[in-house]
Amino acid sequence: MAITSIKNLKEFSTNNDRFEGAHLLCPGCAHSMIVRELMNCTDDNLVIASNTGCLEVSTAVYPYTSWDTSWIHIGFENAATAVTGAEAMYKARKKKGTLKDPDAPVKFVAFGGDGSTYDIGFQWLSGAVERGHDFTYVCLDNENYANTGGQRSSATPIGAHTSTAQAGSASYGKKQKKKDLVAIMAAHGAPYVAQLAPNKWKSMAKGFQKALETEGPCFINTVSACTTEWKFDPKDTIHLTDLATDSLMFPVYEIIDGHELNILYRPKNVIKVEDYLGAQGRYRHLFKPENKHVIERIQKDIDENWAMLQRREEARI
Amino acid sequence: MSTGSALASNKRGIRELGAEEMVGWDEVQQGVVLPSFEGDAAGIVNMHAEERNYADFNSYTATVASWRVIKPVYNRDICIDCQNCWVWCPDTSIISRDKQMLGIDYDHCKGCGVCVEVCPTNPKSLLMFNEAEENDEALAGWPQKEKKAK
Repeated sequence: MAITSIKNLKEFSTNNDRFEGAHLLCPGCAHSMIVRELMNCTDDNLVIASNTGCLEVSTAVYPYTSWDTSWIHIGFENAATAVTGAEAMYKARKKKGTLKDPDAPVKFVAFGGDGSTYDIGFQWLSGAVERGHDFTYVCLDNENYANTGGQRSSATPIGAHTSTAQAGSASYGKKQKKKDLVAIMAAHGAPYVAQLAPNKWKSMAKGFQKALETEGPCFINTVSACTTEWKFDPKDTIHLTDLATDSLMFPVYEIIDGHELNILYRPKNVIKVEDYLGAQGRYRHLFKPENKHVIERIQKDIDENWAMLQRREEARI
Repeated sequence: MSTGSALASNKRGIRELGAEEMVGWDEVQQGVVLPSFEGDAAGIVNMHAEERNYADFNSYTATVASWRVIKPVYNRDICIDCQNCWVWCPDTSIISRDKQMLGIDYDHCKGCGVCVEVCPTNPKSLLMFNEAEENDEALAGWPQKEKKAK
């Protein structure tokens, strides 16, 4: 596999972009930062499929495409299925010797938002990983159905205001905890599973390269800050992602073969979760006195999760 | 290759996105394939954008400049070529060649301001200005280095 140098940013920047501008994602959207970085991590040919979501509808507005690689526009749930189908056909044709260029390295990648990964496309993803195809699934987790107006998904954290779990006098927003999809995918026995963040560009690039290199199904959950639905200024996308990783709301870690957990980023100064919540409009109601218990609950969950991750890293289970 | 051709490629941003005639829902072909390039796409990973033969379907040929109300202006004199802006630009609008930052692609920039926030120099080598302001005027009034408060 032709991996590109990620030793430092200067060397990384000599790559030629294969994700073009003039797509219709919001200004400051983290989706395109993540997608660009993945495509710059390798010189191999890429076959990509996208689940319906912001990324898909914004990068292929007829008659335009922003992709310089093979890219499949597919339904809400089945990017994993489509790309594994393409992978199976590629292998079959390679065996039969009907490929035009059989030696050209090809990687198969699927992109999905959190709605299509955590909820709607979950069984398809689960099936594709269970069948053991050689592909990488990247979830762009912005914690709601941002494409259709910010409805709650099972990735929305507790306490967040969404258009279908509204905060007001009767409710403090979503009442259920976020699903731990990374652990679920690791439990499938996938050889490489990780949670990465775009502000830590090097660990993200390393994770992408590892996933593309690894034979077998790999799953990567990436934090994608959503300026529209999280309600913050577009210029603060990276700053907010910094707050997310430093408050350990989104710990950055990888799980190899389902048991070997490595924490990839340990914040020097762990900040309180209030700093992260306070920077976003969707959590504004939590700072009312009657909702104080929700913030305490979130902080407690984060502390427990971090302690659990550290124990897992040590015990290798 | 001169730096000028990287900054102003003749295929980039030649059409306003959405300016073409819309087709009705029953006129859209089924199973459409949009080729990104004219002819063979092999080896495009080794080509700079200005060397590629983009097809009209590629969004590289479109522009979203009208989205912008504020724009980033780049000051070469202060820049240290750290490439922070390059890696975090969501719109592929920072033009870097041979480890050097050359400038901003104003056809695809939406004016989000992420590049200014991640710029580490003092004063910043990228700053946001009003879209109507001329770049030369902006550069002439560039702020001085901020001294640390004692």
